[in-house]
This record gives sequence, C-alpha cells and structure tokens, in this order.
Amino acid sequence: MDIFLQQLINGLTLGAVYALVALGYTMVYGIIGLINFAHGEVVMIGTMVAFTIITALASAGGVPTPIIFGAGLLAAVMCCMGLGWGLERVAYRPLRHAPRLAPLITAIGMSILLQNLAMIVWGRNYINFPQMIDKVSYEVGGAIFTNVQVAIVLTAGVTMIGLLYLIFKTKLGAAMRATSQNPHVAALMGVNINRVISLAFIIGSALGAIAGLMVGSYYEIAHYQMGFMLGLKAFTAAVLGGIGNMAGAMVGGLLLGVIEALGAGYIGDLTGGFLGSHYQDIFAFMVLIIVLMFRPSGLFGERTGERA
Amino acid sequence: MLQVNGLRVAYGGIQAVKGITFHVEEGEMVALIGANGAGKTSTLKALARMLDSAGGSVRYRGKEINRLPAHDLVREGIALVPEGRGVFPRLTVAENLEMGAFIRNDKSEIVRDMAHVYDHFPRLKERETQLAGTLSGGEQQMLAIGRALMSRPKLLLLDEPSMGLAPIMVQKIFEVIRAVAAEGMTILLIEQNAKLALETSKRGYVMESGQITLTDESQALLHNPKVREAYLGE
Repeated sequence: MDIFLQQLINGLTLGAVYALVALGYTMVYGIIGLINFAHGEVVMIGTMVAFTIITALASAGGVPTPIIFGAGLLAAVMCCMGLGWGLERVAYRPLRHAPRLAPLITAIGMSILLQNLAMIVWGRNYINFPQMIDKVSYEVGGAIFTNVQVAIVLTAGVTMIGLLYLIFKTKLGAAMRATSQNPHVAALMGVNINRVISLAFIIGSALGAIAGLMVGSYYEIAHYQMGFMLGLKAFTAAVLGGIGNMAGAMVGGLLLGVIEALGAGYIGDLTGGFLGSHYQDIFAFMVLIIVLMFRPSGLFGERTGERA
Repeated sequence: MLQVNGLRVAYGGIQAVKGITFHVEEGEMVALIGANGAGKTSTLKALARMLDSAGGSVRYRGKEINRLPAHDLVREGIALVPEGRGVFPRLTVAENLEMGAFIRNDKSEIVRDMAHVYDHFPRLKERETQLAGTLSGGEQQMLAIGRALMSRPKLLLLDEPSMGLAPIMVQKIFEVIRAVAAEGMTILLIEQNAKLALETSKRGYVMESGQITLTDESQALLHNPKVREAYLGE
C-alpha cells in the first residue's frame, strides 16, 4: 500500500507537467488540426532559459530565492512565447493550405533545428539545477513527498484554472472556441483567424515554459534532448484525453502520469524482477497504442473524422 | 449601397461566376434566384470574402471591398448568414449571439439587441443555455439570422435561408426577414425557392450557369412567363 500511495503522489506530480505540455499540443490541434511536434523542444528551451537565468542570479548572490525563481520563470515564459509565435510564422503559416503531411515534416524539422541550436548554446552535457531550494519532506501514510512536488502541483492547478477561465469566460476565449469549431464563420464575425492561431501557439508555449521549469526543478537536471521524450509523452496524454479537447488534455496528463508511476512501481513484481522501473517509458506508449486501437478519439473526444 | 461589377469566381479552371453585374440600393431587399449550381452561393461567398474572386469589383458605399480580409467586412457593416447556417455547435445559443457582437464593446446595447433578437425568435430565448448543435435546423437558422443581426449590420446577406426546412418553419423565418426589412435593413437574399424570394423582395435577379440572365421588379418577374416556366414550375 505504501508503494501505491507513493507512486500515486509521484505520478500526480509528473502528470501535472504532462498536462501543461499536453495543453500546448491540444490547443494548436483544436484550432488548426496540426500536431506541433516541435512543442517538446519549446519546453526544453524554456527549461534551459530558466536554468541559465536562475544559475546566473544565484551565483550573483544576495538575490532572494523567490525573485530568482520569478525571474527565471518570466524569462522562460517570454522566450517561449516568442518562440511559439515565430515557429508558427516561419514553419506552419506558409504551409496553411498545403497537404497535411507538409507541416508535419516542417514540425519535425523545427524540432531537430531547435535541439541542435540548444546543443550549440548549452552544450551536450547534462546541466545541473543550482542547489538553492531547501527541500522539505512530508510524510503521509508512509508516502513521502517534498515541497517541490507540492509547488509543482499547485502551480499547475492555478495555471490550468486560469486557462479555463480565459477560454470559457472571456470574449477572447469564445473567439478561440468559435474558430476551432468553424474558422470561416468565425472570420465573418470579425475574428482575425491568424491572430487566434498565433495566440494558441503563444499560450501553449507559455504553458510549456512553466512545465519546463517544473520538470527541471523536479529532476534537478536539464539536457538538450529532454524535450523529445517529454513531448512524446505529453502528446500521448493529449491523445488519451482526446486531442483538441482542453479538459481531456488535463485529465489525460494526470492519468498518464499516474499510470506511468504505478507501472514503474509495480513492474518489478509483475514480471518477477525481469523488468525494472527504468522500463517505465513503455507504459506511456502502451497507453498510446491501446487508445489508438480502441478509442482513437480519446476519453473526451467527440470528433472522429480527420480535419484538414 | 452595393455595386457589383463584372464579378468572376473560379474554382481551379472552372468559372462558377462569369462576370456578373448587379446592385443593391440602401433600404431595399433584392433577391438573387436561380437553380442549384447557378453560382449564387459562390457569388455570396466572394462578396463576403470567404473566397477570392477571379476578377471584377465590389463597391460598398463607394469603397472597394473586393480585397479586404474577411474579418474586416463585418466592421464595414456587412453580415452574412451562411448557407447551412454555420452556427458554432459547441457554443451555447447565447454565446453564438455574443459572437455575433464580437466587434462591439457597448455591453448594455449588446444586451438590448439580444433581447430584440429574442423578441423576433422567442424559441431561442427558451434555449438560451443549450448548445447550438442540439437545436433543430429551423432553430439553427433563427440563431444564424439573430447572430448576424447582433453585429448591427447595414447590409444583410442571406444565403438560402429556407434550405432544408419544413414549410411552417420557412414561413416563420420569412416573417422575421420581412420584419427586419421593415425596420429598414438592406438585404440581399439568395434563394432556390424563387416564388418565396420574389414575393418577399422588391427587385430580383435571375442567375443561370454563372450569369445574370434577367432582372426586374420582383412582381414583374413573378409574372414573367420564362420565370414561371423555369422556376415556378408552371
């Protein structure tokens, strides 16, 4: 039972990060039906930028920790927003009316480009997160969790509530929902579709930056290839929830995090010690395959047809 | 108010609209009738900038609008009720109407106009919080018209408002169209139901395979033998 509760808590932490990243995939897909495979790299750049700022301020000394974190987060969010906007303008907008495969290929191209740029800027070695948070551990029912995990889950929760408010309670959000349901008619209402599309990229990238700082401070490590696996899993979470559906991305993210953590916790027992917890990655992709086979529209998805 | 000169629309190499010329005066209702595939909807889509025309000019209140982006037209005062209604299915009825007022910021006036739409269509008021996708076809048509009115247009473009509706619903919709026209709205009505369109409008144009072949006062067209034979089934 201890291991169950422990892995549940770890899974929720990881799931909160997946959920934020998955929202970036799902918002863009919901509006233009494109899978932005470079989104994982946006998250990676967010982590790198946050690390750089935080390390610089920490080594300067005398700056209070919350300000250091705030500055790191702000820098990461701003950079990623610009990056997301630029990606759409450079790689996707010129291909808006091209066959579906074309933007998918540029997405992969952008992903490789960003990875290599990051490698040039930040090097090919693992970057350690500066030791600056006094980790506090709490114990509940035999499971241990830290203040970092609490901060991650809380930040993710607040961010998602803010996003839901934006999408469902504001005029801008109504315009975004209208555009995703019928872009031609939304334009008739006076909505500038290009702006809404840019906005989806910008907001998604901002969420990615927040997730990047979270995952960085959780594992205390960053690497130029970290965005690939993270992006793939968050994409799986978005598919699990029903791609294009925001609530689906949130639930899918949390669910995938929990499935993965529980899988890693029990895989040793299940296979009689043949596979260890480092096989945890297989669970995410098993989920992806199962969803695609039996419920391709995901848990919350309603669309079945392909959209151009 | 609206002056269309030599408008052409082409899909690939095929011309759907072959250089048509017509106009709509302020305050009048003009009908554009014709059989399925005559190019009526293509004409309207080009006017509303939902597709690029292949040539010709569209002047609205003296201004060339043939190259404006679609989202600027409503700011000029043009609202289109698209073919097939085009309601936002996963937005509520009230949210659909609010989207109609997207370009406006005068909150209290928007609330008043919404009440006015509900006066025209009490059925919509009853279904205010329902998702538009759950409405019947006739109710969706009501919603599409109400939504267009929410932008306070000066020119209303209606694309086949009777399509696919039960006769009783068609009557209701046209009652409201007449009421809106009586309030002074300028309307360009596109219809396959020639009789209904000509009975409702002041002037009419007949369109045939991408060209305008006849134009007259609607009453005169109703009695024109050619029209009677081709479109009124006599």
